[in-house]
Formats: sequence, structure tokens, C-alpha cells
Amino acid sequence: MEDFYRELIIERYKSPHFRGELEPNDISFEDDNPACGDHIRIDVRLDENHVVTEAVFSGEGCAISLASADLLLESIIGKTIEELKETTKEDILDMLGIELGPVRLKCALLPLKVLKAGVYGVGETISSD
Amino acid sequence: MTGNSNTRFDVQQVRGDFPVLAREIRPGIPLTYLDSAATSQKPETVIQAMSTYYQENNANIHRGIHKLAEEATLAYETAREKIARFINAPAADQLIFTRNTTESINLVAYSWGRKYLSAGDRILLTEMEHHSNLIPWQLIAGELDLVLDFIPVTSEGNLDLDVYHDLLKKNPKLVALTHMSNVLGTINPLKEIIRNAKSVGAITLVDGAQSVPHFPVDIANLEVDFYAFSAHKMCGPTGIGALYGRKDLLENMPPFLGGGEMIKRVELRSFKANDIPHKFEAGTPAIAEAVGFGAAVDYLLEIGMDRIEEHEKLLTNYTLEKLLDVPDLTVLGPPAEEKGGVVAFYIKDIHAHDVAQILDGDGIAVRAGHHCAQPLHTKFNLPATTRASMYLYNTIEDIDRFIAGLQKVRDIFK
Repeated sequence: MEDFYRELIIERYKSPHFRGELEPNDISFEDDNPACGDHIRIDVRLDENHVVTEAVFSGEGCAISLASADLLLESIIGKTIEELKETTKEDILDMLGIELGPVRLKCALLPLKVLKAGVYGVGETISSD
Repeated sequence: MTGNSNTRFDVQQVRGDFPVLAREIRPGIPLTYLDSAATSQKPETVIQAMSTYYQENNANIHRGIHKLAEEATLAYETAREKIARFINAPAADQLIFTRNTTESINLVAYSWGRKYLSAGDRILLTEMEHHSNLIPWQLIAGELDLVLDFIPVTSEGNLDLDVYHDLLKKNPKLVALTHMSNVLGTINPLKEIIRNAKSVGAITLVDGAQSVPHFPVDIANLEVDFYAFSAHKMCGPTGIGALYGRKDLLENMPPFLGGGEMIKRVELRSFKANDIPHKFEAGTPAIAEAVGFGAAVDYLLEIGMDRIEEHEKLLTNYTLEKLLDVPDLTVLGPPAEEKGGVVAFYIKDIHAHDVAQILDGDGIAVRAGHHCAQPLHTKFNLPATTRASMYLYNTIEDIDRFIAGLQKVRDIFK
């Protein structure tokens, strides 16, 4: 159990590095986890080559979901939109360094779900340009 | 209704009746089950009754002429009688079997609501409703263009009855509310609320999912029009619930679902509906579950509802007292004397999911989230709470383990 709440997760939950909102932004998306009412919003800024320059999150959630958001955003700075799309569930679990049951998996993956929903929105805009 | 009140309540003996309570959740870690408001555990007698039904009596009911069909029909209808008596309903045919409380409320919304409500009519609910007594009315309000009003919840977790009296002046057609809040634990003053609703001609519906399992409920005394509850929260199986309805209302309501069993005569383009309660029980019902439901009622009566209530009061008082010593912890809802065995709380800066997860590490089962009462959480500006809920099989040791678990939560997040 103590493993579950690794120091990294508690630390990122209590003092996140990427918490906030960006206005204006290039990507902004938000979603809820209906099981618990958690809510996460992610804002991203891109440069002219669609490379992530800034990314922050806001909202409410448990230690797992918020640490997951913080670690995810750290990992995407400097990546292109195309690279972002390749982020998987396994990447998130590797970053968190824990195994999760089906219910908590939803918490851990909410930030990725929000990011991808935002990114695919942008992807569509880009492809229709 | 109260059972053998002259024998002592022996919680260890009660625990012995529930096979799951003997298991270890992980090697060396016992189960501390504090999630009975979500669903209760099942005693051996209920499991056995259902198993025996399948092994010895299984047949479809009400149609077959053969011996098994007669036995199955008798078992099903006997269960109905027991459950009707358990809540002191005037007659067994006023007790309709449904899937659960949610389906019971939907039945009233769609059958009674569609016939008797029309554009501009008002339905009066409360801010403390479980989604099961909210969404059916939102759906029917959208369909029929009805207006929903809500009795507010005070910061102490009670219904604001002054506002209720004002809202009654708008002449609602229906007042629908919970007997006991599944989050705050508040036990609403139903008798008074129902009397007031009747004085303006409103029909009343009560969600009894959290009340019938935990203290004596007397339908005849409450004079309520509709009362809904579920078997699985009262030691019975999942998949079956009940709706009590006033006879004249049920008789004049159209069927809810169509199919076999709910008809008297069928022609290609028309049918004549069956009598109550069968009119509302289309298709082969949950027969084994009805038998299990009946066995659950037998079990609760044998223990005695008064004694279950008393035992839970003791546990709730003890829990609330112990929680006072946990720093940064706030309990929702009214004080112990106005509250059932449901304790929802939050700890400053620690999310409910994390609390529940750490408790689970020690085998302590609680619920975390909005407990299907999201508007109530929004009102208190909380995304989620943790909820410990008690039943007849819980002990002081369960509560002590729970409190120790909360200290551990604080240590991990300190």
C-alpha cells in the first residue's frame, strides 16, 4: 500500500509543477470521471511547428489522477502533436510506477484521455487546413 | 414487525450468519465491511433459500399446471406477502416486484406520470435525492414539459421545511423524496412532510432504499402513496426490489412494460391488462430473487428491526465521537441523534479516492465519490466524499480499524 502512494505521487499531488491555466492557448480540453466527479482541464501552447512549448492542468482529482496529469504534461513538453498521439496507457503506468485496478485506472488515465481529446480536435483542424 | 425483542443482540452470532465476513481480504487481513449503504452482505439463509429454490422448485410461475410450477408460484407469492407485511402494507397485491428502487421510481414516473401529469405541472423533489429519484423526473419533465422544484438542504444537512411550505403553495402534483439520505444520513420527518403534501392534494413518493433495511417502516402509518426499496441493501439478492402503491392509484395506472404475465386477454391489436400487481410485472420475473428477498425479510425479523436500529445507533454514535479526534476531518450531515448509520466525510487536502484506497489496503471497504448524489456534493462544494456505512453485522472493532486507517491516511499525506 505504501508502494501505491510512492513518494513521487504524493509529492506531485501536493506540489504539482504544471498546474494552472493558459489563456490564450492552442489546445484546451476538459472532461470528467463520472465515477467520482473528478474534473480535469488541460491547456497547451504550440509553436509554429506544432511542438508543445507549454502545458498545464487545472481541476479536481485524487492523488493518482493529479500526479498522472503532472507527469504526463512534463513528458510532452518539446514533443510534436504527432508524438503526443502515440502516448499510451503503458507510458502513464510507467511514469506512475504502480499497478492499478480497473477503477483507479480510470483516475490515472483521465489526464491522457483529456489530452488526446484535445489533440485530436487540433489534428482535425490541422488536417482540414 | 420487531421480532424477538426479549433475546439479546449478539453481534458475533450475527456475523457468523454472513459467510463473506469470515474471509481474509488479503493474506492475514480481515474484511472490515463499511459499505452497506451501497449493498449489504448476504446471510447464509438467503443464499441457501435461493439455492434450494433452484435445486428443488425451479419452474416458471403463474402458468404451469404441474407441481413444480405450483410450488414456484407459491414461493414467489409467499415472498410478496412476507415483504408486504414487513412494511405493514395493507395488502400483498399492492406490492409490485421490480428490479430495484430505481425501477420502482421509473415505473411511477412513466406509468402514473404520463397519465396524470401535463405541461406546466410541478414536481417537488429535494436537493438530497439519490440520482434514482432525480433523473426519472428530469426525463419525464423533459418529455411532458413539467417544472421541477427542490426543497433545499440546510448547511446542517436537513430539509428546509420553511421553504417546503412555500413551495407547496405552488401546488405540486407530486412530492417525491428520500426517507433517509444516502450521504448525509438525515432521516426526514416523513409523517409531517406527507401530511403537508396531502393537504395541497399532492401525490407522495418515498425512496426507501436506505430506510427499510435499517429501521421499522410502517407504510399504513405513513399514509404514503408510493414507497420504493431494494432487496440487496437489506440482506437480500441483487436484481429485485419493490414498489408499494396505493390501491386505487395502482388500479388506475396503465401498465409500465408490456409482455407476458401483465395481460388478461390478448388480441392481435389490443390487450386487456391483468389485475394488480401482475399488471406491472411483465415477463418472467426474478423468481429465485423473490424467494431470497423473502428469506432476507425472515432473517431481519428474526433479529428484530428495533434491535438492528439500536445497534446501528450505537455504532454511529461511537464513529462520530471517534472522528472528532481525527484532525482536518469534517463529517457531513446532522448530529448523531438525527442520523442513520451513514457517515460521509472529507479530510482537508486529501481526495476521497485516496482515503478509500489506503483504507482498502487494510481490508476496510468504504465508498468514495459522490454516491450518486452529485447535486448535493456540488451544493457543499465538494467533488467527492468518503462514506462509511454500517449494518447489523458491524462491530466496535470495525470502527476502531477504520479510525486507525484514517490515521494512516494522514501519515501518508503528511
